[in-house]
Amino acid sequence: MAARGPGRVSVLLPTYNERDNLPLVVWLLARTFSDSGIDFEIIIIDDGSPDGTQEVAQQLEKIYGSDKILLRPRAKKLGLGTAYIHGMKYATGNFIVIMDADLSHHPKFIPEFLRKQKEGNFDIVSGTRYKGNGGVYGWDLKRKLISRGANFLTQVLLRPGASDLTGSFRLYRKEVLQKLMEQCVSKGYVFQMEMIVRARQLGFTIGEVPISFVDRVYGESKLGGNEIVSFLKGLLTLFATT
Amino acid sequence: MTKLEQWLCGLALLGSAWAALALAPPGLQPPAPLRQALLPLPLYLLVAFGCYSLATVGYRLATFNDCEEAAAELQEHIRAARADLRRRGLRL
Repeated sequence: MAARGPGRVSVLLPTYNERDNLPLVVWLLARTFSDSGIDFEIIIIDDGSPDGTQEVAQQLEKIYGSDKILLRPRAKKLGLGTAYIHGMKYATGNFIVIMDADLSHHPKFIPEFLRKQKEGNFDIVSGTRYKGNGGVYGWDLKRKLISRGANFLTQVLLRPGASDLTGSFRLYRKEVLQKLMEQCVSKGYVFQMEMIVRARQLGFTIGEVPISFVDRVYGESKLGGNEIVSFLKGLLTLFATT
Repeated sequence: MTKLEQWLCGLALLGSAWAALALAPPGLQPPAPLRQALLPLPLYLLVAFGCYSLATVGYRLATFNDCEEAAAELQEHIRAARADLRRRGLRL
């Protein structure tokens, strides 16, 4: 008897002003899934982008079919956490992939996530930049230092059992993500951290796959003091409350 | 128990053990060499942890992989994607 496939994978893509990158990421996703024989759907949650992202999304829907590209936009920028909750309502897959829509995450890792998930029957598979041959392109020494320093701090304070806590390229079993979304309250980087911490608390298992993160926008959007402060505040909150 | 509570418990335990031994009244003091080593121990441990942290972060910084190939591959894929999407009717 032939081995069953992993079932359908739902990719949640929250977008804001991704007119240029959206078609590319969708093309890469579609190609990766068809090359690997994986059934999929891509749920695009656009928060009212003023740059025409939604028009591009509509063209993609025509090209790939409305069973593969689901447009579920919102009127304005409402945040990542709520975008996932919103998108999940329409997801029909047993696995949900969350990733960035700006090409920093390459879809080619998704079949590896699925392999890893099957290997250990993991509830969550997290892409890590810090282990194995994971890594980053486009960061200068200062940015890398901040990244490693922040990660060291989270490891010491939270002992999370995962090497990349602020990463946002992950595969979840659908029920697991639903359970976690009910509990997580933070915003931004800290939200991704909180998901992993809560997952561990609830006894969910986490596997890791090294990924490469290609940052093409670092030159324009430097990591500011504000973000560092809010990261520290969020980290201390998680330290004190979980 | 939250992580903070775990830390506070751990520190309270170690702290009281240290205080009991190092700051004991003359009748109950442990032998002199032990006391000499014990008194500065908290400071030594702090400094040792500081050094460990610096060394670890430094090592991890130095071995942080640079994904040159991934970036090059992405450029290629972007080119292929644009061409194929144009063929399929995408108009930007």
